[in-house]
Amino acid sequence: MTVARRLVGFNLLTACLLGIGGWYVGWFAAHGVVGPSLEYFGSVDFNELSIVMAYLCGVLGFLIGLGFLNYPFARLRGYPPSLREKETQGASRYFGLCTDHKVVGIQYLVGIGFFFFIGGLNAMLIRTELLRPDHQVWPAGTYLTIVGLHGTMMMGMMTSGILGPFGNYFIPILIGARRMAFPRIEALTFWLLMAGGVILETAIFFGGFPTGWTGYQPLGTQANPGIDCYYIFFALVGISMTLLGLNMIATIVTMRAPGLTWTRLPIFVWGVLSTSTLMVLAAPVLIATLSMAILDRTAQTNFFIPAQGGSTYLYENLFWVFGHPEVYVLALPGFAIVLEILPVFARKPLWGYRLAVGGLLGVSLLSFFVWQHHLFFSGINGDLRPFYMFSTELISIPTGFTFLCGMMTLWRGHIRYSVPMLFCLAWFFNFFIGGITGVFLSDTPSDVTTHGSFFSMAHFHYTIMGGLVFTFFAAIYYWVPKMTGLQLNERLAKIHFWTMFVSFNSTFGPLFAAGFMGQPRRVVTYAHGLHFINVWVSISAFVLGASMLLFLYNFVKSLVFDRVPAPADPWGSKSVEWQLPSPVPVQNFDRIPTFTGDPYGYGEAGAGPVAVPAGAPAGME
Amino acid sequence: MFSSDGRRVIAAWIALSLVVTPLVVLLLGPSLPPGKASVQGSEQVFDNTWLMGITTPIVCLLVVFFAFTLARHRHAGGELVDGPPLRNDNQVQVLWIAITSVTVMFLAGFGTYELLQNGSGGGQGPNPIAVPNGSKLQVQVIGQQWQFTYRYPSYGGLETPQLVLPADTQIELHVTSLDVIHSFWAYELGIKADANPGVDNIAFLKTKGPGTFHVRCSELCGLWHGYMFDNGRVIPQSQFAAWVKQQQRDFAPIAKYLPAYAKTYYPDPQRRAG
Amino acid sequence: MLIGLYVAKLSTDQGSPSYTVPVASKGGHPVVDLRIETVAAVGPSLSPGHPDWVSYLVRNAHGKWLRRTVWELPADATVHVTIYNFDSATGLRNPLYARPQGVDGNSFLLDGKPMVVINPDDTSHTFAIPAYGLVIPLSGVADDAKNQCGYAPCALSMAHRTIQFTFHTGKAGHFRWQCFVPCAAGWIDGFGGPMQTIGYMDGFIDVQ
Repeated sequence: MTVARRLVGFNLLTACLLGIGGWYVGWFAAHGVVGPSLEYFGSVDFNELSIVMAYLCGVLGFLIGLGFLNYPFARLRGYPPSLREKETQGASRYFGLCTDHKVVGIQYLVGIGFFFFIGGLNAMLIRTELLRPDHQVWPAGTYLTIVGLHGTMMMGMMTSGILGPFGNYFIPILIGARRMAFPRIEALTFWLLMAGGVILETAIFFGGFPTGWTGYQPLGTQANPGIDCYYIFFALVGISMTLLGLNMIATIVTMRAPGLTWTRLPIFVWGVLSTSTLMVLAAPVLIATLSMAILDRTAQTNFFIPAQGGSTYLYENLFWVFGHPEVYVLALPGFAIVLEILPVFARKPLWGYRLAVGGLLGVSLLSFFVWQHHLFFSGINGDLRPFYMFSTELISIPTGFTFLCGMMTLWRGHIRYSVPMLFCLAWFFNFFIGGITGVFLSDTPSDVTTHGSFFSMAHFHYTIMGGLVFTFFAAIYYWVPKMTGLQLNERLAKIHFWTMFVSFNSTFGPLFAAGFMGQPRRVVTYAHGLHFINVWVSISAFVLGASMLLFLYNFVKSLVFDRVPAPADPWGSKSVEWQLPSPVPVQNFDRIPTFTGDPYGYGEAGAGPVAVPAGAPAGME
Repeated sequence: MFSSDGRRVIAAWIALSLVVTPLVVLLLGPSLPPGKASVQGSEQVFDNTWLMGITTPIVCLLVVFFAFTLARHRHAGGELVDGPPLRNDNQVQVLWIAITSVTVMFLAGFGTYELLQNGSGGGQGPNPIAVPNGSKLQVQVIGQQWQFTYRYPSYGGLETPQLVLPADTQIELHVTSLDVIHSFWAYELGIKADANPGVDNIAFLKTKGPGTFHVRCSELCGLWHGYMFDNGRVIPQSQFAAWVKQQQRDFAPIAKYLPAYAKTYYPDPQRRAG
Repeated sequence: MLIGLYVAKLSTDQGSPSYTVPVASKGGHPVVDLRIETVAAVGPSLSPGHPDWVSYLVRNAHGKWLRRTVWELPADATVHVTIYNFDSATGLRNPLYARPQGVDGNSFLLDGKPMVVINPDDTSHTFAIPAYGLVIPLSGVADDAKNQCGYAPCALSMAHRTIQFTFHTGKAGHFRWQCFVPCAAGWIDGFGGPMQTIGYMDGFIDVQ
């Protein structure tokens, strides 16, 4: 096949072309239909509806170009159902719609990694601005856009940070299946996220947006058109999250292999299940809220404008009904990864399995009952505050279960300080600080000082970055040898860990003090007395950024250039994926295995492999 | 129930907590925010000190536990050896759940008690439930993009851009906004109340001695959010009346144009201007 | 390279280059003459992206009007300001800002006449430096006035109001200034677009 022939067809190139084409179709269609009749558009020199329609049509064009409509049309024409697309060999399957869950997992890893670095770049730009209180590196309006881009990109991308790459890759393997329940939807969640990420960054061409990641109204309705990019990105994230969660739940509930009862499920699978429940229940609220906000901007509705009968509280409450489960979507996979990896490197079974599962489910349940702690001083009814203070503090109990199970797993083990274990141990340190400072925030009188200040910002960076991102790297170092069959350089990995851990704490630790001393969030300037702290934090942040670049260097060098093969089970884990060859073959298992126990049989006499038979020499399906 | 190692850890934890907690409370306590410039501020310092005191033993437990286990339960090198197959210990679970639950209940109850005294300086909305007794000076805080202005209804609706309050006085703050969401944060006084358009958010304050305090906006409100701050003053009661008179003279020309004092305002333009 | 382009785009977006106001000196004390004008629509030559936005312009020593809103002023100086307003009235959201503050005598000259307050509904724009407590309301051109200015730069032969006042700078610092009139037609509360963009209705005074 000539190169030209291969480029024609339903692939990423076609998708981008159709996406751009779709953008213009939407833009001009909206201009033609609506533009002339609404005179206020003229005085603000942009047509709001055009921008929204342009992006929506662009996304549609993008998805059509990738080939997502091919199968539905084929079915309409009478073709038989098929669960997998024709999966081509070679690298090109990573650049298009592929229904192999392992390919989607790797696509997620690279895609989310790419946008994670962009979000991180924005963070470096923020800290550059905060080096001096009196000097504008970025104009003040652009600074707010950078703050918003950083927060929104990170929140949108990292919600699927662990479920996307590792959930998609390993859930079918861990439950003994050959695929996810809905392979095409799985691919769709990935490409929606990629389209969204590009859309978000184009906000800088439309004047940016001044609201930060929370998009509070009516400031959002007042903003430049860049905020439409934010709305569309987040809406796409919401759709992606809902579908991802749905897929995970369907897969885990219905496709477990024989012998895999609920009490033998690896704790990682339980974590994915509870996270997915949160995603499915919370993300639709986000989509609804953003739709209302878009209508306020384009159709002159007044959902959130008080003088015309709307309410700012409506937005705040709707947003946080999503927003609070959202942060547990970020935290729970971290718990799950830590509890999954700890037994391997302590060589002991997971202690208190049922308690750990109870903790995960307890956090999930309670996360729906705490959201008003973001609104303690917004003027909500005073009767509500003791209740939400109580429910928020109650969440620390199931979180404590995770800590107890982790700590007792370590106790009397034979702890090896390999790189994945180091990141998991760092999780204890970081998430504990995050959790304890959460106590100060949940206590309403104490929250009077800390709400909306850098203290709150340091708290959530410790829980989200110190919790999720550290476990993200733990999962990478743990599972990339299985996903690629190649080793990552251990020395560079350890340097990455230590620089990241030290600089992370050096960056966010002092910010608790900054908050205590009165620095509000999202400010472009601050009191002169806080200059030293901000300089210290900015320099530490640059070191943190450098450690990420070191990781990138290690990743690319090891996987592209050095290509040292990894053994099938480098960590000595008893979990089923390590009984398969690396990288895992297309059909996962030669024959669907039967599970005989949970993967934590360390030190137990007579414990055989967790699944039999598995991983016979690779044959065709 | 506990092995000998376990008993060592518990003993070390108790010893460390008994030493460190009083140190933390006594040394760090006085410098905890927000400061003693108001009754609410002092209550918050008290609250924070207690929180510090309760969280310190928890920190000590984790420090001792991890120091012990990470050092002592290392893999010695060489062949991989499995550890003992300990999967559960019901007594440890029950003990942990009991202790954490009791701690959380106490924290929630303590916080609620503190909160219900007088609202702890936080905005309680238009129908506050934690209302201190006695007469209160009404002061309205108006947030707009991007400055706070202040009205004194008991002085004829006088409006000024500088917040000056009398010392040793109960004050009822009514915080509202003319446009987007702001948040009135008087740091040293320990007051934080969001300014929502169309909402009258009430917070209670009792000032103590004269001094200055910083007012900052703590809810992102647009371009100049970071610059939306000013300095407020608490002055002796005897000087307050004189200050009010001077402000009324200064702003006499505009007094007839100001809208009547109201809890909320909906000034034009609300939708699209021009 | 992509990162470089990204950063470059961010540095220049929504900002304003600085303009150093020329300083005269009277008896060792710096005196500055600052001439600015406010226009209803800034025009495609001064703002290709947003020709219909309202804006402040500053006049340089050669009489040319620049769309720059970051002005360098000397410390401890007396600043005489003349503002030519070519825009019609929109009205203040908070009438308090119709009372001049933070300037000599708490009054200003409107077309030569000293004023201590104007009708808030006649306000077209304000010039305010909150850190200095400085507020000056700018009266608007009558709606039925002849020879109104279309796009900037506006000549003095067109309908306008002249506002003059004096204030003093103190120590060195970086202070923002803004307009308080919701004059951004088409945005919620009239405060979007040009009202939130440095280089139009917002800026800094850099006191050196």
